[in-house]
Amino acid sequence: MNLTLKIWRQKSANDKGKMVDYKVAGISEHMSFLEMMDVLNEQLINSGEEPVSFDHDCREGICGSCSMFINGEAHGPVKGTTTCQLHMRSFNDGDTIYIEPFRAKAFPVIKDLVVNRSSFDRIQHSGGFISVNTSGNTQDANATPIPKHDADLAMDAAACIGCGACVATCKNSSAMLFVGAKVSQYALLPQGQVEAKERAQNMVAQMDAEGFGNCTNTGACEVECPKGISLSNIARMNREFLSGAIK
Amino acid sequence: MASKKQGLSSIGRKAIMALTGFFLMFFLLQHLSINMISIVDGDLFNEVSHFMGTNPLVQFVLQPVLIFSVIFHFAWGMYLEYQNNQAREVKYAMYKGSANASWMSRNMIVSGLAVLAFLALHFYDFWIPEINVKYVQGDMSGMLPGADEFRYYEELVHKFAGQPIRVALYVISFVMLSLHLLHGFQSAFQSVGYNSTKYTPLIKKLGNIFAIAVPAGFVLVALVHFFNH
Ligand code: HEM
Ligand code: SF4
Ligand code: FES
Repeated sequence: MNLTLKIWRQKSANDKGKMVDYKVAGISEHMSFLEMMDVLNEQLINSGEEPVSFDHDCREGICGSCSMFINGEAHGPVKGTTTCQLHMRSFNDGDTIYIEPFRAKAFPVIKDLVVNRSSFDRIQHSGGFISVNTSGNTQDANATPIPKHDADLAMDAAACIGCGACVATCKNSSAMLFVGAKVSQYALLPQGQVEAKERAQNMVAQMDAEGFGNCTNTGACEVECPKGISLSNIARMNREFLSGAIK
Repeated sequence: MASKKQGLSSIGRKAIMALTGFFLMFFLLQHLSINMISIVDGDLFNEVSHFMGTNPLVQFVLQPVLIFSVIFHFAWGMYLEYQNNQAREVKYAMYKGSANASWMSRNMIVSGLAVLAFLALHFYDFWIPEINVKYVQGDMSGMLPGADEFRYYEELVHKFAGQPIRVALYVISFVMLSLHLLHGFQSAFQSVGYNSTKYTPLIKKLGNIFAIAVPAGFVLVALVHFFNH
């Protein structure tokens, strides 16, 4: 298929940046979206132009690095997928495709489609550690009984890959789904209880300091999240935070 | 552990939006109940209105909470909207908001501002005359001998009878309120941290019923007086 691509080009963090049109031809419907980008970049390199920078690593939907805002949606039109898992069969011959970086004040553009998501790392760091005995005579994992229901919910929350699609898609650039998942994965387990109160307070304080917006419960994040992280994690964080704040 | 918190956190701000929203919804229900009486019995409506206008508990506890809630709710709503706008400096060239969130949830500021404009009209219609009677004419009881005992009912009827433009504005405003509550009712539960697989579906259903029935009730009262007098 032949496509027209409208891609955000920005030389550096300080450059103003603009949308630029490109044409690609002979794209197979079996290609992944990133392979289509590879074709474009080869074309650009052959004609002596600067290739489009974009983040990618695993190309199997687990690292969360392939941030692209495609045709107005994070990771493109297919739900529950990352950009690397999106295939060209989701598009039609002759389509015009908008490709933009994930946009938020807390995700500054480094170059083209590459954004700096280290604000997420700082939020995780502010959550700190959990108290477990690692002195050599480590307890058997099964010695601490955990209800299956709680273990499942904690695992679901831990499935978050930190991709930032929730922020990119949110009309408020809110990071509540990500932070909700990171608070929940510990809040649900007995090992996470010792620091539970400080964890929620500190992670929320860091989230606010990074300049993410305020959640208005539109639910867009849950729909666009490639890992199906549930809004109930945000409610759990609100509970953890509010009950901690009045303790 | 030292807190990095400066001022109210984003979650604290949201909780206040939700709590003031809850109070406003409670107020709507109470207001509607009294308005409904006006369809059935003008005298009873006057009595109840008089009670609400003079009862110290209503005047000095509920009314200040209401005023605080209204002001806080819309002032913070606008401030949050401003902050949220600042959180994305460069906008998308292409953004499909409708692909993943309802119109209502994305336009709370639009429906909210429409309700605010209505409140201004409402103050002009009912509250300013009331203050005039109480504080300018000095009739604190609202019922001095010689004052018209039926003024509440007459005021109400007078505002709607033969006033198609006001009735139309009224209807539009309540459609906007309905849109506000279609998202707001269930959203407020999520904001204060309540989300359960068991009851959240029920809350969403109740929210839809509330968001349609309550504004429809207000509209009904206006239409009855418009067509009956
Ligand atoms: C009787 C009138 C009103 C009622 C019953 C009401 C109710 C609510 C409720 C229940 C919410 C959800 C709160 C949450 O998600 O936690 C809400 C949100 C909101 N309201 Fe109102 N509201 C009213 C008037 C207004 C007015 C006059 C404005 C003026 C701008 C306004 C602006 C907003 C905004 C911007 C939000 C979204 C904020 C957020 O979710 O953080 N509302 N409202
Ligand atoms: S919550 Fe979902 S969308 Fe947000 S960072 Fe985690 S995996 Fe990505
Ligand atoms: S490249 Fe790893 S998730 Fe897409």
